Amino acid sequence: MSNNQFGARLGATLQKNVPFLVLIFLVILFTFIAPNFMTFGNLRTLIRQISFAGISAVGLMFVMIGGGIDLSIGSQIVFGNVLLAIMMVDWKLPPAVAIPLILLVGTGLGLINGVLCIKLKIHPLIITLGTAAIFKGVGYIINQSRNIMGFPDSFRWFGQGYVWEIPVPVIVMILVALLGAFILTKTYFGRQIFALGGNEEAARLAGVNINGTKVILFMISGFITAITTVLLLSRVFAGQTITGQGLEFDCLTAALLGGVSFKGGEGSVFGLMVGMLIIGVLNNAMQLATFPDFSQQVVKGAVLLIAVAFDVYQKNRKAKETVARVAA
Amino acid sequence: MDAKVVLSLENITKRYPGVLALNNVSISFQEGEVHALLGENGAGKSTLIKAVAGAIDIDSGIIKINGQEYSKMTPALSRSLGVEVIYQEFNLVPTLSVAENIYLCEKDENSAFFSAKTIEEKAVKVLDQFGVRIDPRILVQDLSIAEQQIVEIAKAVSKNVKILIMDEPSAPLSVSEVELMFKIINQLKQKGVTIIYISHRLEEVFHISDRVSIMRDGAYVATRNTKETNRQELITLMVGRELKESYPQRRKSLGEVVLEVKNLTGNGDRNISFSVRKGEILGISGLVGAGRTELAQLIFGAAPMESGEILINGKPVKIHSPLDAIQNKIGLLTEDRKGQGLFLEMAVKWNISFPIIRRISKYSVVNTKKEDEIAQKYKERINIKTPSLLQQVINLSGGNQQKVVLAKSLAAESDILIFDEPTRGIDVGAKQEIYHLMTELAESGIAILMISSDMEELLGMSDRIIVLCEGELAGEVQKENFNQHTILDLASGIH
Repeated sequence: MSNNQFGARLGATLQKNVPFLVLIFLVILFTFIAPNFMTFGNLRTLIRQISFAGISAVGLMFVMIGGGIDLSIGSQIVFGNVLLAIMMVDWKLPPAVAIPLILLVGTGLGLINGVLCIKLKIHPLIITLGTAAIFKGVGYIINQSRNIMGFPDSFRWFGQGYVWEIPVPVIVMILVALLGAFILTKTYFGRQIFALGGNEEAARLAGVNINGTKVILFMISGFITAITTVLLLSRVFAGQTITGQGLEFDCLTAALLGGVSFKGGEGSVFGLMVGMLIIGVLNNAMQLATFPDFSQQVVKGAVLLIAVAFDVYQKNRKAKETVARVAA
Repeated sequence: MDAKVVLSLENITKRYPGVLALNNVSISFQEGEVHALLGENGAGKSTLIKAVAGAIDIDSGIIKINGQEYSKMTPALSRSLGVEVIYQEFNLVPTLSVAENIYLCEKDENSAFFSAKTIEEKAVKVLDQFGVRIDPRILVQDLSIAEQQIVEIAKAVSKNVKILIMDEPSAPLSVSEVELMFKIINQLKQKGVTIIYISHRLEEVFHISDRVSIMRDGAYVATRNTKETNRQELITLMVGRELKESYPQRRKSLGEVVLEVKNLTGNGDRNISFSVRKGEILGISGLVGAGRTELAQLIFGAAPMESGEILINGKPVKIHSPLDAIQNKIGLLTEDRKGQGLFLEMAVKWNISFPIIRRISKYSVVNTKKEDEIAQKYKERINIKTPSLLQQVINLSGGNQQKVVLAKSLAAESDILIFDEPTRGIDVGAKQEIYHLMTELAESGIAILMISSDMEELLGMSDRIIVLCEGELAGEVQKENFNQHTILDLASGIH
């Protein structure tokens, strides 16, 4: 009996940490089959690669825990990226002015998403699909098919610099993740986000300002994505419309892999980061193995579906257990 | 008299990880009888009907229908044998019409095409049998709960039902609607349909059933002819111990008026005025749709007020949102605790502390020590049975979930508590506990508004009862004039 219980508990622990185990497994696997994988240089590259999506994913997670979704992240970057480039090159604004401005603009894009959601009362999936097309389109319009270059050198540090041996975007990701985890787990605002996603009506009756909270969540997502925008432009060092496109795909996959529920009310920064690392390891390994770009797409799509399937599986299993317990 | 047995369960056992949900249960059901199934929550009634319906696989035992033995039941097989179940949560498609719901998935042999007209005509015929007028073209989502239930019954009848299982069918219904349902049940009985009737309300069991079987802790206890048993015996069999079903006595000590409502209008209610005193339990009666829950929402700021005034301790207050209500020390325990009252996936303490989470935070950061203290305090005060404060609420029984809802309002230090159907779907033992808690709260000076469809509970618990009818105040009844007749008269608009 006690053996059985131990087994059950071990099983439960493992099941909770499936994403983490998958990550460990992948790392061990690639260490053996790809000799270049487990080197400091490669790992650093790997983490820097995911840091951009990793930052935005934290914002997406806020929206998702609150029961919404933001599919406009990549398009916000397209627009913000071009606008930031224009600010610095065409309008000759110094980074110290342009960066706060773009953070403000990004928050404003989130505000638009949020207000549309609560005013039109349509699912955020549809709203942000629509705004995504608009943001991207406006980005293309103001870009006028240019490759905007000629930034001040001081701007280079954000995307390309290091603090000791660690790339700046990685440090930013860690800071954003820590701050996000703090807000979600330690503050009353974090509680309200979980409440909103867990049971909107119960949250309303418990005194939560539902609409206000939803708008704020989108603004958080917009603000955080604007940070990504700054880092990405500095990294690429040229204003182009290609930057950031489709970034929400990696964010969403990471969130789902890491146990952020599509239905809201569930998720953790730790899980999210594990999910992000799984994507990073897969991407990196495919590049090391010189997979053709299109095959990488196939793998990514498959990973997203597996992540969703896993989310659903967990839900069903939990529901079954509960039925069993309550019926008993 | 030896009636024909249509369904007999023999030694049914069903084990879930860690629990024995059904323990060697044997019961037989006769043709054309109304057979009530009684038991506290968790006694195994739901599991048993799921076994008959083929919704779950049983581990061992035999299900015998019309003499045919089955050791494995599937939903399709069960249906084809004439078994239909009306669950507490209806299986209707809200966005389809009444007729489409009744004939969902049914093929017309004469035509390859779906004809709305044919099924509408057929639906009218089925509904006419019950003497109910429901437009078959109307969407199910626009029906009242009682009408939806009639559609469920019609659906079962249209499939040539032999054995109809009803799980707590009266729970959402008002008195007159229950009567209509009983009428329909009696009609079905005349046609030889066997009805398995699950309910917590003993008076209904006596009213409608021929025989009654009792279950406890997953096991079969006894079967009685309804005429030959009494309330006290059934309760004893259910709980396995002597339990006096009575309402706690209160030393009368009403204080001054705490809440006064003047000409409240909005949310479908018109011109409602009343007041509640400190330590008083004010019952709110009315049929379903009379505007009781709507009144609670108005007072709690969950629905916009059009006109009128709310006074607390004699001072007018503005309540525009639930937050305003909470700050004015009003607590609402909603009728639908899973849908509106609880965060099921979250821990017990998380739920208890949520309404005051802001108050116990410093610089936005939640003071978890304080949170633990408060959760622990109310867990002990109202005796919430949970292995730990970290347990997810979804894993608690109905009665304990209701206590968590209560703990939420108590933690917010409410002076005025609105209970909307406080004992709905709760078993006898837990009901008693809730009654005692409400009494204790009243004694401690809290003013309680209790909305209830359970007449017995309303009469037993209230100091005074106001009756609503079609969104208006139909009357007020003092304790000395309490009787079912007066209240029903007011509720149904007969003066």
